[in-house]
Amino acid sequence: MLPPATVPDAVTTSCGFLLVLSIAVPVAGVLLAFVLGDRWVRLVAFTIIPIVLAIVAATVLVLPQSKGPLVYLLGAWTPPLGVALRADGLSAVMLAATAVVISAVSVFAVADFRPTAAEPRAPFAFWILLLAIWGALNTIFVGGDLFTLYVALELLTFAAVPLVSLDGRPETLQAALRYLLFALLGSVLYLLGAALLYGRYGTLDIVLLSSRIGAEPASLVAAALMTSGLLAKTALFPLHLWLPPAHAGAPAAASAILSGLVVKGSFFIIVRLWFQVMPGLLGFAATQLLAALGAAAIVFGSVLALRQERLKLLIAYSTLAQIGYLFLMFPLALDASGYLESGEALAGGLLQAASHATAKAAMFMAAGSIYAGLGHDRITGLHGVARVLPLSVLAFAVAGIALMGVQPSGASLAKDLLLQVATETGQWWWAVVLQAGGIFTAAYVVLVLAHALASSDKSVTLIGPASRPRDIAALILALCSLLLGLVPWEPFLPVPYDSTSSLFGPGTLFKLLLPVLGGVVLAILLSPWPHPLASSARWKVATRVLDPFRRISLAFGSLVERGNSVLCEWPAASISLLVLALLFGALMLVAT
Amino acid sequence: MSIATVFEIVLAAVVLGLGIWTIVVRETFSATVGFVAYGLLVALIWVRLDAVDVALTEAAIGGGLGGVLLLGAAARLRDADVMAAETPGKVVRASAAALSVLTTAALAGAVLLLPDPAPTLAPAAVANAWATGLSNSVTNVLMAFRAMDTMLEKVVLLLAIIGVWSLAPDSAWGGRPGPRHQADPDGVLAFLARLLPPVGIVVGIYILWTGADHPGGAFQGGAILASMWLLTIIAGLADTPPVSRRWLRFILVAGPCLFLVVGLVGLLFGAAFLSYPPALAKPLILGIEVAMILTIAATLGLLLAGAPERSAKP
Amino acid sequence: MSGTTVFGLCAAAAVGLGLYGLITNPQPLRKIIAFNLLGSGVFLLFGVVGRRGAAAGLGNDPVPQALVITGVVVAFSATALAIALLLRLFKAAGSATLSSAPMRADPDPSGD
Repeated sequence: MLPPATVPDAVTTSCGFLLVLSIAVPVAGVLLAFVLGDRWVRLVAFTIIPIVLAIVAATVLVLPQSKGPLVYLLGAWTPPLGVALRADGLSAVMLAATAVVISAVSVFAVADFRPTAAEPRAPFAFWILLLAIWGALNTIFVGGDLFTLYVALELLTFAAVPLVSLDGRPETLQAALRYLLFALLGSVLYLLGAALLYGRYGTLDIVLLSSRIGAEPASLVAAALMTSGLLAKTALFPLHLWLPPAHAGAPAAASAILSGLVVKGSFFIIVRLWFQVMPGLLGFAATQLLAALGAAAIVFGSVLALRQERLKLLIAYSTLAQIGYLFLMFPLALDASGYLESGEALAGGLLQAASHATAKAAMFMAAGSIYAGLGHDRITGLHGVARVLPLSVLAFAVAGIALMGVQPSGASLAKDLLLQVATETGQWWWAVVLQAGGIFTAAYVVLVLAHALASSDKSVTLIGPASRPRDIAALILALCSLLLGLVPWEPFLPVPYDSTSSLFGPGTLFKLLLPVLGGVVLAILLSPWPHPLASSARWKVATRVLDPFRRISLAFGSLVERGNSVLCEWPAASISLLVLALLFGALMLVAT
Repeated sequence: MSIATVFEIVLAAVVLGLGIWTIVVRETFSATVGFVAYGLLVALIWVRLDAVDVALTEAAIGGGLGGVLLLGAAARLRDADVMAAETPGKVVRASAAALSVLTTAALAGAVLLLPDPAPTLAPAAVANAWATGLSNSVTNVLMAFRAMDTMLEKVVLLLAIIGVWSLAPDSAWGGRPGPRHQADPDGVLAFLARLLPPVGIVVGIYILWTGADHPGGAFQGGAILASMWLLTIIAGLADTPPVSRRWLRFILVAGPCLFLVVGLVGLLFGAAFLSYPPALAKPLILGIEVAMILTIAATLGLLLAGAPERSAKP
Repeated sequence: MSGTTVFGLCAAAAVGLGLYGLITNPQPLRKIIAFNLLGSGVFLLFGVVGRRGAAAGLGNDPVPQALVITGVVVAFSATALAIALLLRLFKAAGSATLSSAPMRADPDPSGD
């Protein structure tokens, strides 16, 4: 199914109409909910969600039977004049992951966004924007034309930004404005690239472009601009200034969508660009740069996550690190001349995206339950919470375990695939980063769990009732992520069958213990807050041994924090964006 | 292609000069005025580029309504100018300038090296115009060949409305957007607001109607209708409607709704989603455009009016 | 050098100007204006591309023109949303800046 080098796809395939419906039905929901108004929005959402879920399920089931991607020619016009929709294995994986996450989040949000409440504004916006995000993402996953993708990207931004400032606090308004302006900068650069491509090749259709494109000034400049613009929208380090405040400030259900799904939209377009539109342009150096940014994101995001005082901010910084993880696949999947070499690595990257989508959404939902129960989300104030909110903590734990790459999670399968390719291609340095990424993830998960599981001297009182449906929604989503490795992926992604066979071997235990133990050490060294063991007698002995190391690590941590606050200033971030664009352009120029 | 005339070089120079002034001038209000002038001159460039449809859009939406939007914001933010004066240092400005120049250079190089003859879809668009019966190719592209983009873009407009409304204070939810305007009922503004709208409405509808075969269409016409509506609001002759009104909601979705319905009928009974049977293509497209002009006018007007501020109940 | 080339260079320069303004102007409203300038440069580039593709009796390729019309409307909605956010922020916080300096505490979440 990948990459469809030159697919003879000038005809609509038999079940292609499903792709139209996957866009048209959420859009119809948006329009209907808007007209019917405050009282009916939730009902409309809950009518539309199962329908779209069924459409996506049908698409995923039909795709393996069709010999190649599903295609639909809109208005029966063939590209380049018309616009085509296409779904391949990559689309199917992302469509399915999105459908699962949106369904779970909608169950989670039922109580929070009740339209009969005294304040109907937030529910009205939330449910409509949820459907809009779904429609926009589906368009991104099946869109076959770069300009249609641009409109879909804007649709996604316009739906995501108001979610950030739903509660109207000044901090969130500021976060939303920053997000909007930076995202607009990103999309305008993307559009600029599209203009150049049209000027050179006379089409914006992905398949047609892939057969016409060559290493020429227009395509190189376009590639550099589009890539860096999309990186800004994906919040890859150092273009992440907007992400932590936006994702941490939004209501929990919105954060789950923003962190789990919205950043995957622009990521997916980068994948489309590099693997289909312009294979061969991104040389060795450019792929290494992309993954190096990813590695820096892992270090920055993880170290900063460990230094956060609030759980939601910790999870937001963790997203930063996980976004970095997604970019490690580029040097592994593309060979030195930029052509697809390893389908396994690409599969690993996509799996990572799907498992992060589910796990991160579950984490934000669990954090939301904890916040609703305690009235705060200070990590050091979580002691005893496992006793009063066991399901929320369990959901967080399962999601965390899935994210750190323990068998049989999707993240673990992804890591195996990427590690294998790293060994085969002799790029051992990415293997190191991959392992380190898992350990860093374990560090902040362990840190939160250690506080949540610690006993409290005072009894913990809840300010709101624990809500079982919400916790179950989060838990199911976390379990999805944990079991993703068992899904038969072969019809959609080139995943070798034997990769899940050793579920109960000693390797599994090792893969569990290595990150957890490493994570414990990192959590102790890098978190500046008093940890739950600090008062025990045995700890006092250990302190003497660890103290010098801890002091150095904390100094390193505060250095990272200071560097981050510089990078998160607007001028620094936008200058980095241009530097990256020029750097990508120069590296590609050298490579060709 | 012809040798550049003096006019073209002067036009480009003046446009760039205005652009520079817009960026470097100290007062935000002057920058806004500069941008409006810039937008109007860019419309001239579009005429020179033989793209009259875009020129109309750019003048009406980019320069006109966009200018009103920016001017309004500048007026309301005037006192904020002093507070936010943390201008970046010399190093930042120098590196920003260097990087912008490099980007421009790369872009200019790419543009200069574009192939000749250039690839084009103009012959294909002309050859397929029979399918709609309209002779304005731009309208054909917008309404038929790339109808999906146009429909989704209508949804973008709707989302912008929802985003703006979602910024309302909870107490004003469902209320009227923007402040209530008071103007001297015998003043110039009120006079203009009585005089211009009938003319403007006729012009707007004409631009829509002529858009089938000549430059024009729903966007341009809608922008003119929106500005007429705004004029009566600013003159105090009309008030913005409460956003909870059902009729208002209907108007705001009429365009994309009809588009979607026609599309789905095409999917069920016709050749494809968003395809029109050749015999019915022209009336269908004009019908969608009529719904769209209403939607566009209402949307643009409400985007300019801003978030609900006053409770619907007095 | 033909007129189209002049406008192509003008478009590239407008993009550079917009980028410079977007980076260095501290006030959000000025950033929004710069974004519009940047956008108009991008649209002009489409126009130049279309003008170069004049054929079949049309002075300008209709496809890029249609893309620009769509793009102008999207850019206008973006401007409107950004300004609404900005005005609301100004009302709620008493200042309108993007820097992460601590802002006035707001006891009432609705801001009014």
